[in-house]
Amino acid sequence: MTGNASEKQNPPERRYWLDERRNVDRIYWALLVVCAGLFAADLFYDKHAKFAVEEWFGFYGLYGFIACVFLVLVAKQLRKLLIRPEDYYDR
Amino acid sequence: MIASLPPGLLLIGGALAVPFLRGWLRWAWMLALPVVGFVDLIGLEHGAHVTVALFDYELQPVRVDRLSLAFGYIFYIAAFLGILYAVTINRTAEQVAALIYMGSAVGALFAGDLITLFVYWEVTAVASAFVVWAGNTERSYRAGMRYLAVQVVSGVLLLSGALVQIAETGSVAFAQSGLQSLAGLLIFLAFGIKCAFPFLHNWLQDAYPEASPTGTVFLSAFTTKLAVYGLARGFAGEDILIWIGALMTAFPIFYAVIENDLRRVLAYSLNNQLGFMVVGIGIGTELSLNGTVAHAFTHILYKSLLFMSMGAVLYRVGTVKGSELGGLYKSMPWTAAFCIVGAASISAFPLFSGFVSKSLIMSATAGEGLLFIWFVLLFASAGVFHHSGIKIPYFAFFAHDSGKRCKEAPLPMLLAMGATAFLCIGIGVWSEPLYALLPYPVDYVPYTTAHVVTQLQLLLFSALAFAVLMRTGLYPPELRSVNLDIDWIYRRGLPAAGRAMARAPAGLRDALAAAGVRTAFGFLNRLVRLAGPESALARTWQTAGMVGLILIVMAVYLVLALV
Repeated sequence: MTGNASEKQNPPERRYWLDERRNVDRIYWALLVVCAGLFAADLFYDKHAKFAVEEWFGFYGLYGFIACVFLVLVAKQLRKLLIRPEDYYDR
Repeated sequence: MIASLPPGLLLIGGALAVPFLRGWLRWAWMLALPVVGFVDLIGLEHGAHVTVALFDYELQPVRVDRLSLAFGYIFYIAAFLGILYAVTINRTAEQVAALIYMGSAVGALFAGDLITLFVYWEVTAVASAFVVWAGNTERSYRAGMRYLAVQVVSGVLLLSGALVQIAETGSVAFAQSGLQSLAGLLIFLAFGIKCAFPFLHNWLQDAYPEASPTGTVFLSAFTTKLAVYGLARGFAGEDILIWIGALMTAFPIFYAVIENDLRRVLAYSLNNQLGFMVVGIGIGTELSLNGTVAHAFTHILYKSLLFMSMGAVLYRVGTVKGSELGGLYKSMPWTAAFCIVGAASISAFPLFSGFVSKSLIMSATAGEGLLFIWFVLLFASAGVFHHSGIKIPYFAFFAHDSGKRCKEAPLPMLLAMGATAFLCIGIGVWSEPLYALLPYPVDYVPYTTAHVVTQLQLLLFSALAFAVLMRTGLYPPELRSVNLDIDWIYRRGLPAAGRAMARAPAGLRDALAAAGVRTAFGFLNRLVRLAGPESALARTWQTAGMVGLILIVMAVYLVLALV
């Protein structure tokens, strides 16, 4: 099952770009900028909306953001109810 | 020459030779089988091919139309990719079981009557249970037992439905049946179990993650999509499917967010993707049914790819628990990249396969003016990106570095993942070949400005939500844990109730048993009154009903014995 997980330590380990905290921050800010751009993009095209809500400015972005926050926060509460130790069924 | 052989039998027959072949010859043989099968499908003429008389009934073991062909092609492609992926690991039992499983799944697609369908249906159940058992652990043995019990119940329901239909109408044909008759209802339930409808779903999340790294890849492609095919043929346009499907898209994703075993996360998201297909069947228009078939096609590929990447992690590291992983991109960059392609595809990013298939279902939903359902599907689309698109690659390959260092996945696994990733991007970029396979003519352009921009807004703002929740510490951490689901009822609840029953005083026990029997009979009475028409058919109805009831009682007994 384990394959051949080699535990050999290569002496000086290479630093990766993502190992720098600064670079992770850069990705975060880049994502913010892209999102702002996409939000503004609603000015420039016709949505061919089937439903009226679609016409709201930035509807898809706001919906996606709120949906995910809702999903995670509800799941977090749900976990309190459902969580059991890992060996629950093995006992 | 092969044209006379029903599709699927090639794989089943080919499986029998596998134990006698060694080394590269065995792999060449196994890889050749789906290729020959695929080529054979291309040449098949539409219509009924073979008819066999059994007693008074005309069986139709091979019936070919566009619906079965579309599924047939992707089943063979998935079989090929799965076998290629498995070349690394030499487990004869799993190989034989997987080939029989895949062959019978293909066979079932082309079954024109319910008896043939039932036979293939049961063979897939038993063979796939062996694939679960090939995981070769105590847990996989027990999960396989539970899995088999559920699959057999589905088979018994299908057989009951077939018998009732024969008694009612004299026909064994597998065609649009609808929910007005008892037969239709039984068949619907049989399909519903295999399609992992809400509350009938848990066999999937229970068993799939317990199979071997390669076994899960095989399992993920066939059983549930066979059920989707069955529903599309038998129950297209049944309104209730819209609601069932919508519920399926939404509720497993809450579990996916808090699940620690990443292959189990994928099993929950598999369930969520099936929901989109079921909604498409429920709407029942040409556009929506095309969407269902297209989504099944792309889904089989990207879900295989995701299970492959997690299988490779399991193979190299020995675990796929989110709480134990992180930083693996350093050791397995290729696997990480392929995983991201799978993640982008399931999330329906433009230029990836999920985008061109899910759009059809979303457009069909909007086209019918189903606002509430559309809201649910949009929520689920954002959610799927959140838990599959981001969570899987993030916790396995990035997040905090777990310090685990291993080798990159073996070459056959990389080749299989590479080929699957290529197809995921290929279909996303060039959708016409897929659209040409669909059951109805397609007049649809997925890449419009509005489509692309709105989809990117939805997805990137979901990513932003993830990033914000992570940075603020609101995101629930991966914890070593299990989460209770419906399987608790038969793994803990019922046994506990049984023990309590055994300890109760005799008088109370008898009273409870009597009450139980009374309730059961009352329920059956109501059912019979509900289903039994006042017509001359009433006599036949009752015989059929009795057959069905006996089978159901037997099924319940079987489950109790096995669990």
